[in-house]
Amino acid sequence: MHDRVIPIWFFIGISLLVNGMLIAGAGLWEVFHPPANPVVLFHLHASLWWGALMFLLGILYCVRFAPGRQS
Amino acid sequence: MMPAMAVSVATRLVHLSAVDVVIVAFYFALVLAIGFYLKGRANTGEDFFMAGREMTAWIAGLSFLSANLGSLELMGWAAAAYQYGILATHWYWIGAIPAMLFLAIVMMPFYYISRTHSVPGYLKLRFGESSRALSAVSFAFMTVLMSGINMYSMALVMKVVLGWDINFSIWVSSLTVAVYVALGGLRSAIFNEVLQFILIWAGALLIPILGLIEVGGWSNLKLQIAHNASAEYTHLWSTLGSFNNNPMGIHWTGIVFGLAFVISCGYWTTDFLVVQRVLAAKDLRSAKMAPIIGAAFKMLVPFIVILPGLLALAVLPVKLSGETSAVASGGHSYNEVLPLMLARYCGPGLLGLGITALIAGFMSGMAGNVSAFTTVWTYDIYRALINKNAPDAHYVSMGRWCTIVGVLISVGTAYLVMSFLSIMDYVQALFSFFIAPLFGTVILGMLWKRATGPGGFWGLLAGTLSSIGMWAWVKLDPTALRYVALSPNARDMAENMYRALWSWIVCVCVTVMVSYMTKPKSDLELSGLVYGVTAIPRENEVAFYQRPLFWAAVVGVVFVILNIIFW
Repeated sequence: MHDRVIPIWFFIGISLLVNGMLIAGAGLWEVFHPPANPVVLFHLHASLWWGALMFLLGILYCVRFAPGRQS
Repeated sequence: MMPAMAVSVATRLVHLSAVDVVIVAFYFALVLAIGFYLKGRANTGEDFFMAGREMTAWIAGLSFLSANLGSLELMGWAAAAYQYGILATHWYWIGAIPAMLFLAIVMMPFYYISRTHSVPGYLKLRFGESSRALSAVSFAFMTVLMSGINMYSMALVMKVVLGWDINFSIWVSSLTVAVYVALGGLRSAIFNEVLQFILIWAGALLIPILGLIEVGGWSNLKLQIAHNASAEYTHLWSTLGSFNNNPMGIHWTGIVFGLAFVISCGYWTTDFLVVQRVLAAKDLRSAKMAPIIGAAFKMLVPFIVILPGLLALAVLPVKLSGETSAVASGGHSYNEVLPLMLARYCGPGLLGLGITALIAGFMSGMAGNVSAFTTVWTYDIYRALINKNAPDAHYVSMGRWCTIVGVLISVGTAYLVMSFLSIMDYVQALFSFFIAPLFGTVILGMLWKRATGPGGFWGLLAGTLSSIGMWAWVKLDPTALRYVALSPNARDMAENMYRALWSWIVCVCVTVMVSYMTKPKSDLELSGLVYGVTAIPRENEVAFYQRPLFWAAVVGVVFVILNIIFW
């Protein structure tokens, strides 16, 4: 028998958290330093809210599936 | 299951910023970390080749779908949507959902109860060694070739989209896959496929959302497409009454009988690349639920693949064309539609995520090919034909080395294709030769206890040879298309549908005839392998909403409703 494997959902949480942080950070930077050639619908700041959403989901997954919390 | 791609325009579509590069690099670091972490959990054959048979329905189901959701699949079908309109959705709905549900409810019990390691392994139990050898050798051979072709195509895409060197793309991505699969076996491949599945959605989902906002919703999109292209581009079924009324040049009989009945069933129920993921489920109910979960998500995939292609018809200021005219005019080809839409809406960060999604798609497809090849080579060729009585540790070691060798052969194939581009068309056609007859052999084996070993072998061989024969006939004499595809106006895809149908019919007829001329196995020998002589566990003890049949019905109803809505 193996000891318990860290669930894949925890790794997914890490991925969402780190990527979300990077994307939201890039989006926030663009709010204050608008690019010379913005993408279409730039005014919606998709990077900011999409990154924030991924970041929050990442936190949720990391906490919910943290290795120490497995029953 | 994807249109051929050959991108050859050598201009860079997007430029990555520092944050994009960090996101791509973090992805590579994470998949390797997962491989190293799982290394200690792949010490036995059951662990390495079958992931310990302990995957939950969700993990097996998402992995089942992810192994198919390669980046060329994403980009190829987005291109097909731009070219043929919403008809491309058939490959995701009727060309997948019924087959996946059929696998779950009808076929999975036999695969699972027989405790086979592979589809060729099932053929050995049901029909004998010759059928296994035929299917194992053809599968192993074609899998590494396909893997190499996909590798080359992906490297070419990276060159066009990002300006990356082809050698760099081939070696970095293939060595990463080799390391994490060789270390952690199927479990590592499955874990990474689930991660890749999530990244694909996270990276691709914004395109249709922002696209629909830009055009003002679905109704406006239809009006815009009717203006820019044709109203036929937004109808799934109403234009299929004639070969000439739709952009694909196909008739509904080709879609229903060729695609849905033969090609789709053949691929989703007998291609070991996808079936292996479900065999790793922890119990029969999970194994049955996994394809149903996969089917539910498969129905949603057109949202991130087909819709961007349709949106491009409405919003892109340039007209895309085929490869040849794109090269001649210096414009963009159909195959660039997804990267173009990505560049249209995604700034720094999101662009990196989108590119990561494409790389993740490529790596999940390649890991699927390599892990399936490794299992078939080790269990169905090496152990069956070369070294029958080695200890378990020897086969695990063989599996690890085979992973490396499989990747290296794929890399070699990629370079071969680079030198002889026409190979690509031939190998993709060759791969399709085996799928339809194999479905005929497996389905008769599971559902008809009178089918005999010689019947299964000769049926499979005859079906495969007839498929090759029809393909060669049309190549040598293009007018033969009117007989093979029932119309001189049929295009490549329509020809594939009908060729698959005929080869399946040949396989079934030969199997039935030879079976009636040979001695059948006893019921005792067929127990656990065939319908009617296998005790399939009942599910009376679980609530109705936990039963696979209930969820299969839910997915089936949603599937019908979607087809009616987009009729």
